[in-house]
Amino acid sequence: MTNPTILMKRRPLMKQRYLSKRFLSAVAMAFGLLLGSVSAQAAEESALMSSGASVRDQASLQRGAKLFFNYCVGCHSLKYVRYSRIAEDLNLSEQDVMQNLNFTGGKFDDQVISHMPADSATKWFGKAPPDLSLEVSAKGEDWVYTYLNSFYLDPHSPIGWNNTVLPNAAMPFPLAELQGLQTAVMKPGTTDVVEKLEISHPGTMTPAQYQQSMRDLTSFLEYASEPAALQRAHYGIWVVLFLAFFTLLAYVLNKEYWKDVH
Amino acid sequence: MANVFTNIGDWVGDRAPGLAPFYRKHMTEYYAPKNFNLWYYFGVLAIVVLVNQILTGIFLTMNYNPSAAGAFDSVQYIMRDVEWGWLIRYMHSTGASLFFVVVFLHMFRGLMYGSYKKPREMVWLLGMLIFLVLMAEAFMGYVLPWGNMSFWGAKVIISLFGTIPVIGSTLVEWIMGDFLPADATLNRFFALHVIALPIVLLLLVVLHIFALHEVGSNNPDGVDIKHGPKGNRWDATKPADGVPFHPYYTVHDLVGIGFLLLIAAFIIFFAPTFGGWFLEHDNSIMANNLVTPAEIKPVWYFTPFYAIVRMIPSFFGTAVWGVLAMFGAIAVLFFLPWFDRGQVRSIRYRGTGYKVALGLFVVAFLGLGAVGTGITAEVIPEWFGNVDLTTWENLFGRVMTFIYFGFFPFLWAYTHFGWEKTKPVPERVTGHD
Repeated sequence: MTNPTILMKRRPLMKQRYLSKRFLSAVAMAFGLLLGSVSAQAAEESALMSSGASVRDQASLQRGAKLFFNYCVGCHSLKYVRYSRIAEDLNLSEQDVMQNLNFTGGKFDDQVISHMPADSATKWFGKAPPDLSLEVSAKGEDWVYTYLNSFYLDPHSPIGWNNTVLPNAAMPFPLAELQGLQTAVMKPGTTDVVEKLEISHPGTMTPAQYQQSMRDLTSFLEYASEPAALQRAHYGIWVVLFLAFFTLLAYVLNKEYWKDVH
Repeated sequence: MANVFTNIGDWVGDRAPGLAPFYRKHMTEYYAPKNFNLWYYFGVLAIVVLVNQILTGIFLTMNYNPSAAGAFDSVQYIMRDVEWGWLIRYMHSTGASLFFVVVFLHMFRGLMYGSYKKPREMVWLLGMLIFLVLMAEAFMGYVLPWGNMSFWGAKVIISLFGTIPVIGSTLVEWIMGDFLPADATLNRFFALHVIALPIVLLLLVVLHIFALHEVGSNNPDGVDIKHGPKGNRWDATKPADGVPFHPYYTVHDLVGIGFLLLIAAFIIFFAPTFGGWFLEHDNSIMANNLVTPAEIKPVWYFTPFYAIVRMIPSFFGTAVWGVLAMFGAIAVLFFLPWFDRGQVRSIRYRGTGYKVALGLFVVAFLGLGAVGTGITAEVIPEWFGNVDLTTWENLFGRVMTFIYFGFFPFLWAYTHFGWEKTKPVPERVTGHD
């Protein structure tokens, strides 16, 4: 099974993503159409998949939370996120969270701290698994989504896995049972430039199901990066409407005051 | 009831007889030209942002922990556990960027309408001091969240002082209080950011406004209303083209403030990081002296000045020239009133040479910003293909630097030797919008 969107060389993509992302969002805002063609070009060049993640989709957040607590929390903490806050924001009951999500034995108001001892983890993987509270803020949702789609079997790697987004990542791939096993097809004539990834042994999910699941997981991690995003969207529209009304009133008042100044 | 207010007013008036005259002098009897346009909003908008920074800053201080071990966590605590902490922080971070937006536009207004010229040199000088202190304030504030870009940005900027011959490296250690930006650095930056510099800033702002009110406001025509005919609706001895600041300009400014708040609210609620420009991605990673970000660059508002450092090569065995040029780019602005010998203030009646020069100056400033933010590093390969980036970027950046600095001697020569062909300036202001 081919994953056509993953056509990338084995090199760090961080910088490239930053530049194109910056272009799309800010320069386009600042210079508008002038540089429109450039941003389009920059977007084409970017090798990251578009995540389609959304913190506004509550069902997706709930599915993502389930995935996180079933597959990720064994190694990764969310040290800035509390179980009680997840319950509140994702519209789950205390019972739901404590029975179905909290496998670390923490209290309801505790933060999500993985059980894995950092020193053992360093021994096993070469480095301790990073806290994921701010992963999406730091790297972007598209990076996280693409990363989760880009693991492949690599016999040369000490842990047996590699990743096209983060080459030589120290992370084994616990989601393989869902996605299946991907192998890399190298570019003809090279031994280390990945042309595409193919699923050589299917998992329990179809590729479409898996991608949707990773979208859910990315949404949840995006939420974990900034729980305030939910409040922002909730209040923002009212604040903007109020200010628009205020400005209109000020404008009318100003007109009234100035009508006899010539 | 009305009687009670009158009595209170009389009671205060008897005991603070200077209060009412002070209020009249600066508000109801401060006669401002009636022809202010859009550009005249940015002064009051800068005050609004300053007040926002101070108020939100107070609340951030209540929960922020100024230590290398605790700073990063405390910012996340504010973002997640403090009631409305996220809003306060986004107001502060958005305010920082908007401060520079309005101040840059405010300064450009001064250039356009010759507001720095006699008799307003003192207003300009105090304004430039505000700009200088504001840059220091912003830089130190940027270090406080103790993200990785805070750390590396601080390291790079402080290292600039290391290029000074002989005392450089000692000076850098003295500033940081350590060999790297560390706990000591964070503590002193916190003290300077929340106490020392805000006090200086407030004092300078008050002096800036007092200095303005002594000489009176300029306007888009550059006409001195104090020298025009006298007598308006409110006072037979005051300028005919003036209107009382209150209520005319207070209600006028309310519209501009409304627009500013509207734009700020859009950013705060819908794009608080502004695509990584106001809050950078690398600052979501805690400061780490072992992990260098992919590219270290200052926040957007410092980039035109930072680009100048990069564009000036080192020679005579020292890299201090770039740093001198960077500070020189700000210092030279202080002397603008003396570079420009022209008698006509407003761009409306100035010679074509001035208009072109000012346009180029703006292009140079934005161009240097493009170099500093890395836009040129991205655009050059995309537009011109496989060329040597460093060569072309340096060429572009140096041309921009040359234009930036060239503006000042050009302006002097243009006005000193009488090359400027100005248009006749009207006797009175030309109406209002």
